[in-house]
Amino acid sequence: MSVIRIELPQHLRTLSGAEREITLEVQGVVSIKSALDALEARYPTLKGTVRDQGTLERRAFLRFFVCEEDWSHEPTEKPLPEAVAKGREPLLIVGAIAGG
Amino acid sequence: MSGVRVLVGTKKGGFVLTSDGRRDRWEVSGPHFAGWEIYHMKGSPVNPDRIYASQSSGWFGQVMQRSNDGGNTWEPVGNKFAYEGETGTHQWYDGTPHPWEFKRVWHIEPSLTDADTVLAGVEDAALFKSTDGGMNWTELSGLRKHGTGPKWQPGAGGMCLHTVIQDPADAQRIYIAISAAGAFRTDDGGQTWKPINKGLRSQYIPDPNAEVGHCVHHIAMHKSRPGTLFMQKHWDVMRSDDAGDNWTEVSGNLPTDFGFAIDVHAHEPETIYVAPIKSDSEHFPLDGALRVYRSKSGGHEWEPLTKGLPQKDCYVNVLRDAMAVDSLDKCGVYFGTTGGQVYASADAGESWAPIVRDLPAVLSVEVQTLS
Repeated sequence: MSVIRIELPQHLRTLSGAEREITLEVQGVVSIKSALDALEARYPTLKGTVRDQGTLERRAFLRFFVCEEDWSHEPTEKPLPEAVAKGREPLLIVGAIAGG
Repeated sequence: MSGVRVLVGTKKGGFVLTSDGRRDRWEVSGPHFAGWEIYHMKGSPVNPDRIYASQSSGWFGQVMQRSNDGGNTWEPVGNKFAYEGETGTHQWYDGTPHPWEFKRVWHIEPSLTDADTVLAGVEDAALFKSTDGGMNWTELSGLRKHGTGPKWQPGAGGMCLHTVIQDPADAQRIYIAISAAGAFRTDDGGQTWKPINKGLRSQYIPDPNAEVGHCVHHIAMHKSRPGTLFMQKHWDVMRSDDAGDNWTEVSGNLPTDFGFAIDVHAHEPETIYVAPIKSDSEHFPLDGALRVYRSKSGGHEWEPLTKGLPQKDCYVNVLRDAMAVDSLDKCGVYFGTTGGQVYASADAGESWAPIVRDLPAVLSVEVQTLS
């Protein structure tokens, strides 16, 4: 079991009642998918807001950043860096800059 | 004492406006769900404290909210809108096939008899139903699977199912409208549907008998005459006296018959209101003068209602779900604008005053009459 950190954008904090940074326990390999599974299990109101509930695809205007790298287009089951799996660095869920 | 609660959905949140029966002093609460688009909020006619809200965002998708205390507090409910079976394709703007994709809930229609039962009209066009207060949603897929589905095409705002009307005299009969597929009716509770567009004429459709393809903007009905429908089409104001089987134009002396909103007086089933807009390419009032038009004869003959409304330099729009009436005596009429004003008339449209002037662009207005 790993204890990871996730940072949420403001609207998802308001919706879920979570803090900006939350700590979650993840079973098995720590990946984008397992992290989001744990996030949605803790905060069911976030289902459908980060990824589609049917396809599990990332919503188009959200991005995942890890250790200052954009992981938005990486396979969601790819293991995240050890720094994230060990809780030293957070997984950032960021709303893309769009609109004017 | 009686009162009213006005539910206002805007581009950046929801607002609840309340007043006593005099309707001259208002309290404003909100924004609820600040920063999100609130396409629609509507209360249950069975339990007015039960209100549903459609909350959406280009970033975070669709969320549904429910209140059990008249809009003071809210709880998220189910937001999984999964089309049933093969989704197939509809036409894209260029006429090519395009897969059905869920985007948002445009309109919420609570049941007339059960506070936990509610219908939701969505984009891409489909009708969903919940019987557990919005926790779970099931598609009434007979509509989307109507044989004409592959011919449906989005209007400029998307392929949205924006109007849902339940027949108070027949629980099995529901009317819906889609831009730009047209109007449909079910007589078996949503299992099967028929297009009801006979008599509609649209310049961009060469076939005068086209079954679907019309850009219906909104439909209104008076509860005492569920077989009579009034429609604001893209262009043309129409009426039907046979449950939508046949339509006739009643634009009459309107200065322009383009528009989005239409509604019926609460106590006079032949008194109807529209908010004419200049044209399909200029979505603002004619001559910069904001005028509601009223017909007391079910159409054909219209009078402008201007007292209290800006008569120069006004270039706002009134969207399809942004007009509503209360059922007090005299009937109150309300509408919201893309400029953020919500206007109210406590005398059936004779005079108007803004309740609020500076909200985000108003997407929808619903009114609850409270006893």
